[in-house]
Amino acid sequence: MAFRAAVVTFPGSNCDRDMAVAIEAVTGEEALRVWHGDADLPESLDFIALPGGFSYGDYLRSGAMAAKSPILRAVVAAAERGVPVLGVCNGFQVLTESGLLPGALMRNAGQKFVCKTVELEVASTASPFTKGYDAGDVLRIPVAHHDGNYFADEATLDRLEAEDRVAFRYVDNPNGSRRDIAGVLSANGRVLGMMPHPERAIEPAAHSNLGGADGRGIFENLVKSLVSV
Amino acid sequence: MKVRILVRLKPGVLDPQGRAVHHSLDSLGFEGVEDVRIGRMIEMDVADGTSDETLKKMCEQLLANMVIEDYAIETIEQEPA
Repeated sequence: MAFRAAVVTFPGSNCDRDMAVAIEAVTGEEALRVWHGDADLPESLDFIALPGGFSYGDYLRSGAMAAKSPILRAVVAAAERGVPVLGVCNGFQVLTESGLLPGALMRNAGQKFVCKTVELEVASTASPFTKGYDAGDVLRIPVAHHDGNYFADEATLDRLEAEDRVAFRYVDNPNGSRRDIAGVLSANGRVLGMMPHPERAIEPAAHSNLGGADGRGIFENLVKSLVSV
Repeated sequence: MKVRILVRLKPGVLDPQGRAVHHSLDSLGFEGVEDVRIGRMIEMDVADGTSDETLKKMCEQLLANMVIEDYAIETIEQEPA
């Protein structure tokens, strides 16, 4: 089955190529590259990825301008049809700014840019991205961000937990995120936003100094879940 | 007309930038600074008669992130020509 993925590039995205390479490495299919000013996406997409970077130079707030770009209207429409969407790092910021995911990503509590590999605990397996894991599995995935401090009010956090929408938690919280949250799911589980970069952890053990391969599973789970539908 | 929008973090939301600046003021020897919060000021030239309703929409749809921020709108009086 051909896996049709699209990777969005905004002015200032810098992980879009990594994302496209990761998708091709896992699925064997080349991802469609779309530009922020494009107003349409193909109807029959299996997956949309919003990459990391500094869209629009982080003007106003990280992700704020990208969330109002023409392509985002198409992404929101696709997400409403149930197309899986993954936003990584700046992509997560775009998803919260667009309202596809609740909460906001604030300046890291320690005020420093954090760039290192962190341990993530799988919290929810109720999504096409995490379905192949067991709750409590630990993944090693790189983070690199300044605004990764996940914030939502207590009622929203309670609701996310009650609805099993916390996808990943940090084992050792690097940025002050409320309740150690590293990744959040939409109500239907098909939109995932996460600060860590699974697309930077795709190459197997021989290149483990380049981040390891723990990010692969997230893409593999997605492919499997689409085949089994 | 000129409009000034002040966007501020909601009370209770941690402001790491404010904390860092507070720390720097302390280390410069300024005493008695109780708290520092950093916000954003946006000045706009808009058509005369732009309604409060429209300005609020601008704030809520783009200029402020209502999850973490509050905003205040101030119309700046123009000097008569």
